[in-house]
Amino acid sequence: MERFAFLLDRLSLTPGRNDKLRLMADYFAHAPDPDRGWALGALTGTLDFRSAKPAQVRTLAEERHDPVLFRWSHDYVGDLAETVSLIWQARAGANRPPELNEIVERLQDAPRAQVPGLLEGWLDALDTTGRWALLKFITGGLRVGVSERLAKTALAEFGNCAVGEIEEVWHGLAPPYETLFAWLEGQGARPEPDRSAAFRPLMLAHPLEEREVESLQLESFAVEWKWDGIRVQLVAYDGKARLFSRTGEEISHSFPDVLEGVNFEGVLDGELLVVRDGEVAPFNDLQQRLNRKSVTAAGLRKHPAHIRLYDLLFEGDEDLRDLSFTERRRRLEDWYAHHRPPRMDLSPLVVADGMDSLARLRAEARQQSLEGLMLKRRDSSYVAGRPRGLWYKWKRDPLSLDAVLMYAQRGHGKRSSFYSDYTFGAWTEAGELVPVGKAYSGYTDEELKKLDKWVRDNTVERFGPVRAVAPGLVFEVVFDAVQPSTRHKSGLAMRFPRISRIRWDKPAEEADRLETLQKLVEG
Amino acid sequence: MPRSELLPENWLYVTDQGLYCAPGDFHVDPHRAVPRALVTHGHADHARPGHDKVLATAETLAIMRSRYKDKAGREWQVLAYGEVIQIGEVRVRLVPAGHVLGSAQAVLEHRGQRIVVSGDYKRREDPTCAPFEPVPCDVFITEATFGLPVFRHPDPDREVAKLLNSLRLFPERTHVVGVYALGKAQRMIALLRRAGYDAPIYIHGALQQLCELYRAHGVELGELRPATASQKEEMTGALVLAPPSAIADRWARRLSEPVIAMASGWMQVRQRARQRGVEMPLVISDHADWDELTRSFADVGAPEIWVTHGNEEALIHYAQQQGLRARALSLIGRGDEEQEAV
Repeated sequence: MERFAFLLDRLSLTPGRNDKLRLMADYFAHAPDPDRGWALGALTGTLDFRSAKPAQVRTLAEERHDPVLFRWSHDYVGDLAETVSLIWQARAGANRPPELNEIVERLQDAPRAQVPGLLEGWLDALDTTGRWALLKFITGGLRVGVSERLAKTALAEFGNCAVGEIEEVWHGLAPPYETLFAWLEGQGARPEPDRSAAFRPLMLAHPLEEREVESLQLESFAVEWKWDGIRVQLVAYDGKARLFSRTGEEISHSFPDVLEGVNFEGVLDGELLVVRDGEVAPFNDLQQRLNRKSVTAAGLRKHPAHIRLYDLLFEGDEDLRDLSFTERRRRLEDWYAHHRPPRMDLSPLVVADGMDSLARLRAEARQQSLEGLMLKRRDSSYVAGRPRGLWYKWKRDPLSLDAVLMYAQRGHGKRSSFYSDYTFGAWTEAGELVPVGKAYSGYTDEELKKLDKWVRDNTVERFGPVRAVAPGLVFEVVFDAVQPSTRHKSGLAMRFPRISRIRWDKPAEEADRLETLQKLVEG
Repeated sequence: MPRSELLPENWLYVTDQGLYCAPGDFHVDPHRAVPRALVTHGHADHARPGHDKVLATAETLAIMRSRYKDKAGREWQVLAYGEVIQIGEVRVRLVPAGHVLGSAQAVLEHRGQRIVVSGDYKRREDPTCAPFEPVPCDVFITEATFGLPVFRHPDPDREVAKLLNSLRLFPERTHVVGVYALGKAQRMIALLRRAGYDAPIYIHGALQQLCELYRAHGVELGELRPATASQKEEMTGALVLAPPSAIADRWARRLSEPVIAMASGWMQVRQRARQRGVEMPLVISDHADWDELTRSFADVGAPEIWVTHGNEEALIHYAQQQGLRARALSLIGRGDEEQEAV
């Protein structure tokens, strides 16, 4: 545990990428099995202790310490694990500090009711850094500035191989990764990857800047609509089909209807939508299917899912990613004509004879509930990540509203103790402010300092980490769309709201009214 | 007036200028220029320029003179620790607060009531100033900079050892430590010397004058060299002390692979350290931590606590749990020394 705590502590305070790599590689080289594998699981987010939840940690801390002081402290520090680690007053006569493997084994075996007792004993035995590392370890979300990719890069450095080799075998492996470490140290065979579990990082597009529009060589690009759903990858092998989100999170369980019809082997890229009678439903409908714990028959009937296909990455075992877009598109069309899987169709190519007509199509996107256009270089191979100059997204112009700041909340992570999350409102007919959205981005660090000060100087009420402020500051908020919502008092919810400008100059009374926003609802 | 009717808040209260003692007609640490000021210590959020008459310890007056020159006040009166004077209807005495050189608590007595304005204080041992002295009183006015139970400062010698250990491990890197110019800088140097570190220590220009002043008051600091005038190579593997504003700045980047450290009570919170780009947080504070604050309540035995700047809600809650009367005393313009110009 001490070694792991030291690693996390140094990672969280070391800014440089190379230094972080060195710290991790050094840890992998010196920590024993299976501890290092559990640590790797924590760093890559593949560990999940279902029996240990943040709420339990909070309850435990409140039982041992004054709950009022604990809540104020948590509000101030902005991180549960850190607050508990600092406030915890160890009882005398504690046990020795636990090792990672011991923590894992005991948590896996323990019934839920015994978890708090275990935690308490460990917290008493560890020092402040150890407590912090323990709580990060079991509750997940380390926030030490290490991405899954960086951890794998460190692993590659340790094993003296390319990070791609790690990626190839990664899916199908699970903590504590003993076969992986054995292979990297030349002590064992290469682990056999599970083909259906392998997510391939997606190819992403850059926004098309206004100044680039003029010089774009349209004839070199294929054009498609940017559909307003979520980007997915479908992987089907050995009788198993899985659906992954853009970030590689598996979402198969929520969409049995689209996976039912899989009658092929391969990897596809597409947009997940709700489609009724051939018509794409608004994004709001898809949201009814996302993040649901259980799939109900009514949900499946009312919001039928569908994949609009963009690309073919693997046909059977054949890797098509090095082919040009034109080649892959031809293969996709042939493939589709042959298989015709239900609940899937092709994203059609858009034909335009010049940038002017393309601009007109883009301008109409909003009426058709489309996000805009995609431009893909015809000769582009499928490159993971966001390579420059190959794919562009040309999104419709955002909507905007002048809204009044109503509440501010303290942020987390880098923004801990700054009031950085803002809820803003619009005026009703009766001259009342109602919240219409919340934004966390769109301002610079300098502006954040000024906003934080403004919030502190204009607070009228405090509710834990939230401050209500006097109506006096106007934000120009831009957002992609606005939808009806039963969850908000205003009856509306914005999509992707962000602050485009802080209107220090504008009087709050002159901000927009709710009806202005109501008129922007689509469909 | 019968004695039972005299309430402490009737003779010591907050005005636009700051905390005002009516029967003595003077302010304590006023944030604006006033005719008569009692100043507890030299930090800029307590010692403001432009007062007409200033009463303070000799050290505090010297600090004010060094910072404000001819704006340090028109007329100065020195009051040594323990000495008693009568101002109007108030008996005034200064006792050590243990915060920085010359820092004092103001003990005010009027018609049998005693209020202690502790200014800023700490209870840890500090080789550069006299230790805090608890004075039994009816009302104890306390700061609350670290008024949350997450703030428990470790032993400063252990923090210094951490720094010296890193110096040994990374002799190719320059270690830059962020310190406040008044108090922290000199305490840090004194702690390093006591730990046996006798190499020259390089200091940023903003620390120069106050280090001289501490020396003139008998605080041993060993050999100090100006960092700005020294060559990069010369400072490789050395210790450089600079104000917090300079450590993450271009100023520090010209050094050899600098390790950025910072000595402050705020470094207890990891995210605070990360926000400032601090690689090596050193939890060394000149303010009382949670245990020191709460222990002081017991030591002075005051039935009533007034809490100034910081995390006052938590401290008030704690005091009330202990059966004490407690309330916030809203003084504007107070923060930690981080805000002060260096």
